[in-house]
Order: sequence, then C-alpha cells, then structure tokens
Amino acid sequence: MMTFVFKRVLFGLTTLVLASAVVFAMLQVVPGDPARLMLGMNATEDQVQVLREQMGLNQPLVLQYLDWAGGLLRLDFGRSYTYSVEVSELVGERLAVSLPLALISLGLSTLVAIPLGIYAASRRGKTADAVSMGAAQIGMAMPNFWFALLLIYVFAVWLRLVPAGGFPGWSAGVWPALKALILPALALALPQAAILARVTRSAMVEVLGQDYIRTARAKGMTARSVLWRHALRNALIPVLTILGMQFAFLLAGTIIVENVFYLPGLGRLVFQAISQRDLVVVQSVVMLLVAAVILVNLLVDLSYALVDPRLRGNR
Amino acid sequence: MSLLDIENLSLDIGGTPILRDIDITVEAGEIVGLVGESGSGKSMTALSVMRLLPDTARLGGRITFDGIDILSAPESAMCALRGDDIGMVFQEPMTALNPVKTIGEQVAEGIRLHRRVSRAEAEAQTSTILDRVGLPTQKFPLSRYPHQLSGGQRQRVAIAIACALKPKLLIADEPTTALDVVLQAQILDLLRELVSENRMGLLLISHDLAVVTAMADRIAILRHGAVADAGQTERVLSQQTHPYTRQLVTAATHVPARMPHRPAEQAAPLLEVTEVSRLYPGPRQGWFGRSEPTRAVDRVSLILHPGQSIALVGRSGCGKSTLARMILALDAPTSGSIRFDGMELAGKSQAELRPARRQMQVVFQDPYGSFDPRQTAEKLVAEPLYLLDAPLSRAETRDTVAEALHQVGLTPQDMEKYPHEFSGGQRQRLSIARAIITHPKLIVADEPVSALDVSIRAQILDLFADLNRRLGIAYLFITHDLTVARAVSDDVLVMHDGRIVECGKTLDVLAAPQSEAAQALVSAAPDLHRALERRLREQG
Repeated sequence: MMTFVFKRVLFGLTTLVLASAVVFAMLQVVPGDPARLMLGMNATEDQVQVLREQMGLNQPLVLQYLDWAGGLLRLDFGRSYTYSVEVSELVGERLAVSLPLALISLGLSTLVAIPLGIYAASRRGKTADAVSMGAAQIGMAMPNFWFALLLIYVFAVWLRLVPAGGFPGWSAGVWPALKALILPALALALPQAAILARVTRSAMVEVLGQDYIRTARAKGMTARSVLWRHALRNALIPVLTILGMQFAFLLAGTIIVENVFYLPGLGRLVFQAISQRDLVVVQSVVMLLVAAVILVNLLVDLSYALVDPRLRGNR
Repeated sequence: MSLLDIENLSLDIGGTPILRDIDITVEAGEIVGLVGESGSGKSMTALSVMRLLPDTARLGGRITFDGIDILSAPESAMCALRGDDIGMVFQEPMTALNPVKTIGEQVAEGIRLHRRVSRAEAEAQTSTILDRVGLPTQKFPLSRYPHQLSGGQRQRVAIAIACALKPKLLIADEPTTALDVVLQAQILDLLRELVSENRMGLLLISHDLAVVTAMADRIAILRHGAVADAGQTERVLSQQTHPYTRQLVTAATHVPARMPHRPAEQAAPLLEVTEVSRLYPGPRQGWFGRSEPTRAVDRVSLILHPGQSIALVGRSGCGKSTLARMILALDAPTSGSIRFDGMELAGKSQAELRPARRQMQVVFQDPYGSFDPRQTAEKLVAEPLYLLDAPLSRAETRDTVAEALHQVGLTPQDMEKYPHEFSGGQRQRLSIARAIITHPKLIVADEPVSALDVSIRAQILDLFADLNRRLGIAYLFITHDLTVARAVSDDVLVMHDGRIVECGKTLDVLAAPQSEAAQALVSAAPDLHRALERRLREQG
C-alpha cells in the first residue's frame, strides 16, 4: 500500500512538472509582447528594450522557465502587468471566494445527491424512483444562471434573507461572508447534484444486481442493511470519479454564476486577465488549477484504493 | 413431518407462469437432487424457499420448513431463517463474494447477525468453519480478499458462509458447474461430509445427471416448471418409467456415431507444434526485480493430421487455452515453432497470416457472449469472409451464408434474425456456421458444449461428428469434460501445469490413465452409469 501511495504521488509530481513546461511554452507562442503591452502604444523601442531587460525577457527560454518555475515553488508568481500587484496576493483574494464556494456547493450536492441516488436505486421501477429521477432530469436541464436569478428573486428580493450579490470579504465576519456565498453555492450545486444522483443511482442499480448481493441476502441480512453494508462501497468508484471532475470544474468554471452574483472569484479573474493579455496572471491561475486538478485526481486515486482492495498496489 | 415440505407450489413473475404444482420434500440428513434443463425452474424453486424472488413474484401453494409456513412468514422471520437455519450456495463462485470485503468479514457477518457474540468470538467461529471447509487460517488468513483466491477456494468460502451456523437445510444451486472436474469432486465430497456431520438436509440443484446420481438419495426432475418425475434416485434412473427421464439419460450418455480416423499414408501433418513454450513475466518484486516467470505452456509438441480429431484435456489453468491461442496465432509463443498447413506461424504479419486464418476457425464456449447482439445472423456468420482474397458480391455472400446455415441444420430464413431470437443450442450452431463458412481445415473448439443443456449438447456433438465426416474438418477440442473428449475425439492429450503429460488413443487413455494428472481427471469425472451401478450395488 505504501509503495502504491508513493508511486501515485511521484506520478502526480511528474505530471505537474510536465504541465508547467507546457503552460510556459504555450504562452511563449501567444502573440503580443508583454513589455510593449505594459508601456502602451506610444512607448519607444528603447523603452521597451529596457523593460524587457528588467523583466528578464531577453534571457534564453530555459532560464526564463527555470526562473518562473522556481518562483512558483516559493509561491512567487510574479507581478500582474495590469493590476500592478503581486499575483499571489491577487489569486489569494480570489481563492478565498472560489475555494469555499466550490467546497460548499460540492458538499451540498453530495449530501443531497448520494442519498437520493441510493433511495431511487432501492426503489427501482417504482414511483419514488421515477419522481426523484424526474427531478434530477429537471435539475440538469435548468440553466444555472436562470436558476440563480430565481434564487435571487425568492431569497434576496422577496424574502430578504440574504444579499442579492457581492461579497463582503471574510474580514466582515464569517456569517455575512457565508450568507453571500449560500445562493451561488446552491445555484452551482443543483446541476452537479442532478448528475451525481443519476450516476449514484445507476451505479447502485448495477451493484444491486450482482451475485454477492444475493449472497448477502441469503445470509439473512435485510434489504436495507445490504444496501448500506455491501452495495454502497462497491458503487462508490464511479461516484468518486464524478466528484473529482466536479470539484475541478467548480474551482474555475463558475464564471457565469460569479457574474450573476457579482462575486470576485477565480473565474472572473481569468476571464479579465485573458481579455487584458495579462499573461502572468493567466499563467499563474492555470498552473494553480493544474495543481488543483492533479491533487484532486491523486486523492480520487487514493480513495479508489481505499474503497476497492483490488486496486491496491502490486499489480 | 419432513424438514422441508413443498406442496403444490406455483409461481408467476409479472404474470408469466414459472412453476406449477411442485411437490418436493427434504428430510433431515437427506440429499435431494433437483435436475432439469435451463429454464425448467430449478433455481426459482430454490429462491421460493428462500423467499428471495423479485417483487413482482406471486407464489401459491405451501412451503413448510421445520414447522414454519414460509409463504406467510413476515420478512423479519425470513431474515432470521436465512443464513441461520437455511443456508444457500450459488453457482458462480467468482462473483458470489463481495470484492471489497475480506473473507473473514463476510463469514463473520452472518455469525454476528444471528448470534449475539463478540467480535472475537465470531472471528474464532469463522476460523473454525473456514478450517472445516479446507481453508486453514494459517494458510488463508481472514484478511484475504476474494480476488486473492481461486474459484474453488472462493466456493469453499461461500460454503463456509452458508454452513457457518450449521443450518438444518442447505440449498446448493449448481455449486460445482463453474469448476473443473477435480475441484467439483472435492466440493461434492465436502458437501457430503457436512450433510452427514450435522444431519443437514441438502437440496442439490444441478443440470448434471451424473453429479446428482452420485450425490442424491432422491431426485426430482423438473421440466417446464413442473415435476416430471420423482422418487428414489436409483429407481427413477434405472427404470426410466417417464419418457422425459429416458430422454435425459439417453442424451447425457450420448456418443455420436463417428468413423475412426484413418490417416492417409504419409500425409503431411496439418498442424505441427514443436517444443512450444509461453512464458508470462512473474509478478513484480520491489522496484526492479521480478520473480520467476510463469510457464503457462512448457515445451509442448503435438501433431494433428487432416481430418483428425484431438481432445486437449486438463484442469482449469493448465495452459490449454493459452496453447489454443498460440495455435490460432492470437498469441505468440516465447519459443518453439507452430507450423500450420506447411507454413510457420511465428513472426508472420497479419497479412501473411490471412491464408492460414482462413483455414482455421474457432468456436467458443459461450454462445451468448460471442455474438454482437445488434447484428443479424447473416452478418455474424459472414464475418470471416473478409479473409477471402476476392471479396464476394452481396448475392454470393447470401448464398454462402445460406449454405453454411444449412450445413449446421439452420434455415436460410434464420439469416434475418438477431442473436436473441435464437435458443442457446441454435446460437452454438450459429457459431459453428461462422466457423465453417471459409471451409477451414481446422476448427479449434474451446469447451464448445459446456454451457449447453444435455439434450442440446448431444445434438451439437452429433453436428461436430457429422461435419468431421462430411467436410473432413480436423478438430482440436479443448475441454475439461472427459465425456466430451470420449464422444468426439480419436486421440487425447492430457495437459497439466503447462506440459503434456500423457497422450494416446482417447479410449485407451480414459480406460487406463498412466499419469497422475490423467488419473485424477478420470477418477473425478462424474459418470452416470458408474454412479448408478454403485447406487444399485449399495441397495443390494
């Protein structure tokens, strides 16, 4: 088991190094000189050259890469051209919104979807199954910006329970910050929960048809305890896979919902950075996401092994 | 009063009648065999007793177990019975155990469920029962997972689960069908011992008359969901008063009429396998090392003449399928040479292998799994025609397919059908049609009848014999079933641990096996006549 963990970690680190090289290389190919961009259209060629020298843009690419990668290791991502602040500071602020948001919506969707999927599978073919899976279908079909508007209308405008948008910052206290995040988290969780519930249901239905479920029933276990003690763990693999993918998406793919709620999240940061050609920011955020995805995949891989002994090591 | 008393049992599932008027009794310490072909309702009878049927099932009649009316008992009472007083063992040991739980957990679970004992006590009882079924804890710790055990060992675990609490009744549904004959004999012995140790009643379900005859005191023969014939085993099977019983016995011992193979003088061999080995790399040890490679096939040589029929017999895992894959050029030997029809197969490209592929075809075990369900019979049977050098026109293809279907006893009308529209036996005919469509000289058949019911099996064996006679096709039959070997082959090769340990005329080898491996196979193989004679002798 330890070799297995060690191997997976090593594999993850290798992927990270390769990915950083690719990210670095891709941004070299993108047209546009950052130095000229920072100085504006009226700068002279000499001024641009001086700045290029300062920024190290005239060094060989390998050195530039090593410099950049070394910075990453020290959490020094460089300075943003457009915002003129440290990128780490910028990203840190945004992450303080996006990370809790992703975790809350993932938590919400998991809490609802997995029990719902299990319930539907245990009542397969009956009314309860049809109703819950019909609801999941609607959840998937509903555009989340529209659902977000609906939530704002009901909870912010009509009931006045939470703010309609914006983010006060964690410095304003935990409760106001959470209140600002709860509606966006709900809006994000709905489609995720719908997908997760369907995946859970179909995985459970498949497992419940397996021979070992019959063996467990023949031991004298009730249908309900078989569901929890034998079926669930076997059905978890596809569920974990989907959860991993959803987390990666929730971290940065939430730009529409961020816009609806006027949240300063990572998604909007990337979007603005791209449109302003702030390559340092783009590079840093992309690297951050790559690292997050690799980390999540590592965790998913390790949890596979926890769930299923056949996936542990030595083969 | 009997231990188990099934009276007038009827069952329909979702409106489809499955069982009617079933009467079966099992006494304590008695073995009752339930025989019948697939779909006759054997398993459904067993599941009715366990009350583990689908929700849409409607039961009628009476089942009394140990004074309890099963059909009207509440679900909680059934949960208390299952696994405690009634144990059940299923057919497929590879899937009957939960892959994510250790064998110890799975056995102990039932014990802790029914007896209020501590974890340690349950574990102690688990060790005892696993020891009893032949899995001593020193060699097979409770922390093993099912995937770390072989099929036979897993079936022992399943028996341990069912027998942990010394049930009054054990229901075994085809417990040995997925195992090779040697393992089958061991598991049957174990069941027999458990019955006599605990005066347990055993309801043994099997499609194999020979197995049931060897085991059961009384039998019931099921057909179309009803009991066709029942009574003392030796009386039912020796008197054969019921026509269906006679039909089953005849089919089970059927040997097709075949002409012995007479090799033409100095004919060149069709297939010449010389000193072939196949090594698989051993499991990794540490970062760089590997343990000794596994010799799946170890310096095997054999010669097959045109029109000859050879059986390759051996226990599961002895390397017979690996050898077959190499002969079919689906796998490359690590060393040695395979010459087919004068051409060396090793190291040839796919294009160079085309003429050889046309001359050799394969028939697999499972007629259900080897067809794409979304293609018509015509497309499926016509598949190997791509091996021809000149592609056929659509009309020519249809004619060729019709001819092949005709050869195997199907009609040209069957061309438009899909696989699910054929019965199991017809599907196996279909796969034989697919094999003969290129007029091959050799057919490799991997357990071609072991998934079939006895009467269909007899028909398919006849078909093989007939094609051999009419078309002069040579066969290499791979099987662990000596009855099949006896029925279809001139010569037999016995394989053990990757080596051929014995070869000779089939009848000679089976009558007087020399090697230890062959002797084990022959003595373990269930034989209806022998079993019946022994029973009659015991009765006096």
